[in-house]
Amino acid sequence: MPSLKDLRNRIASVKATQKITKAMQMVAAAKLRRAQEAAEAARPYSERMGSVLANITQAIGGGGDAPALMTGTGKDDVHLLVVCTAERGLCGGFNSQIARLARDHIRKLLADGKQVKIICVGKKGFDILRRDYASMILDRVDLREVKTLGFVNADAIAKKVINLFNEGGFDICTLFYSQFKSVISQIPTAQQIIPAGIASAPAAVTDGGNAVYEYEPEPGEILSDLIPRNISVQVFRALLENAAGEMGAKMSAMDNATRNAGEMINKLSITYNRQRQAQITKELIEIISGAEAL
Amino acid sequence: MAEAFKFELVSPERLLVSEQVESVVIPGAEGEMTVMAHHAPVMTTIKPGVVTVKTASGGEERYVVFGGFADIVPAGCTLLAESAVAVKDVDRADLARRIQEAKEDAADAKDDQARSKAEQFLSQLTTLEGAILPA
Repeated sequence: MPSLKDLRNRIASVKATQKITKAMQMVAAAKLRRAQEAAEAARPYSERMGSVLANITQAIGGGGDAPALMTGTGKDDVHLLVVCTAERGLCGGFNSQIARLARDHIRKLLADGKQVKIICVGKKGFDILRRDYASMILDRVDLREVKTLGFVNADAIAKKVINLFNEGGFDICTLFYSQFKSVISQIPTAQQIIPAGIASAPAAVTDGGNAVYEYEPEPGEILSDLIPRNISVQVFRALLENAAGEMGAKMSAMDNATRNAGEMINKLSITYNRQRQAQITKELIEIISGAEAL
Repeated sequence: MAEAFKFELVSPERLLVSEQVESVVIPGAEGEMTVMAHHAPVMTTIKPGVVTVKTASGGEERYVVFGGFADIVPAGCTLLAESAVAVKDVDRADLARRIQEAKEDAADAKDDQARSKAEQFLSQLTTLEGAILPA
């Protein structure tokens, strides 16, 4: 049985922890709002990019001059996985969810006799995947110092991937990130970015109708300029969704922690009060029985 | 007074402009072009340069864009820029950094095609610098 002093100390320490988790929750909430705004601001670009791409692919009509980034190498022996996770922990199952999805994917690929290469974005995913697949990790991208995610960050990652592709480093590239559905639910997602799976026809009908476009320069040339850009955009979107998801997960994790700390404090104070009362009663009994003995 | 049409300038980070305009001058990859209402559908890549927007209310705004492409239909024009800033907010240091990077790219280009591409990009950047510095 812990003494009264021990109990008092414990209550004090749990209270301090509760204050910290509460503060972290509020910080996460503020950051979440900012991250959500950023994700929303980026949406028009990726939407337009999607419809333009659909338009132009239609114009080319899957002809032979489509760049390799879009058609792929025709093989699927070497897979590159770009795993995007958070830089910091304390956000519930957020990082491990993404890592688990990636790990399942890797296991399946390995079972099929494929070769797997990994690029880790974010420290946490690297830490988890390093345990089992250290030899496959080609590179890691650290975004720790980055305060606000910019397009340049995503562009750098995409450039790395594209360079590797041009050197023949892999055949298929899949992006792992967490889709931000709501504050309490983030869905780990795997998205193939090379060869680019482009949603065809339906998106093509914009306000221009089925107008015949003029292309300047040639459609093929535009496309070869567009596809790398599209990959950057996809990476950027993944990073933004991840950032929002991380903050959402952190917020709910910290909310839980705060609530748990509250429960713990209640329990501890009951024990504390009970023990104090027991001691008072004991002292009273001692005094009374002493008086009766006289 | 010319007829107005919808113009949107979008960068990956945000939507910069979305309003009714009279005309837009776009630095297309194959030369500058002015877009007005009812323009034939054109899709073009753009080079680093200045986009001049004449709004329907009579104002004129200028933006610096670094690469991207434009999607022009009779009803409107969408400019997807890799990065875009208003001319008055241009960060000289950032521009200098881009030029430096382009120089390095041109220096370590492996084949002639890549080199000429990098050098072209570099010259576009320096022209752009010259165009906005006095502003």
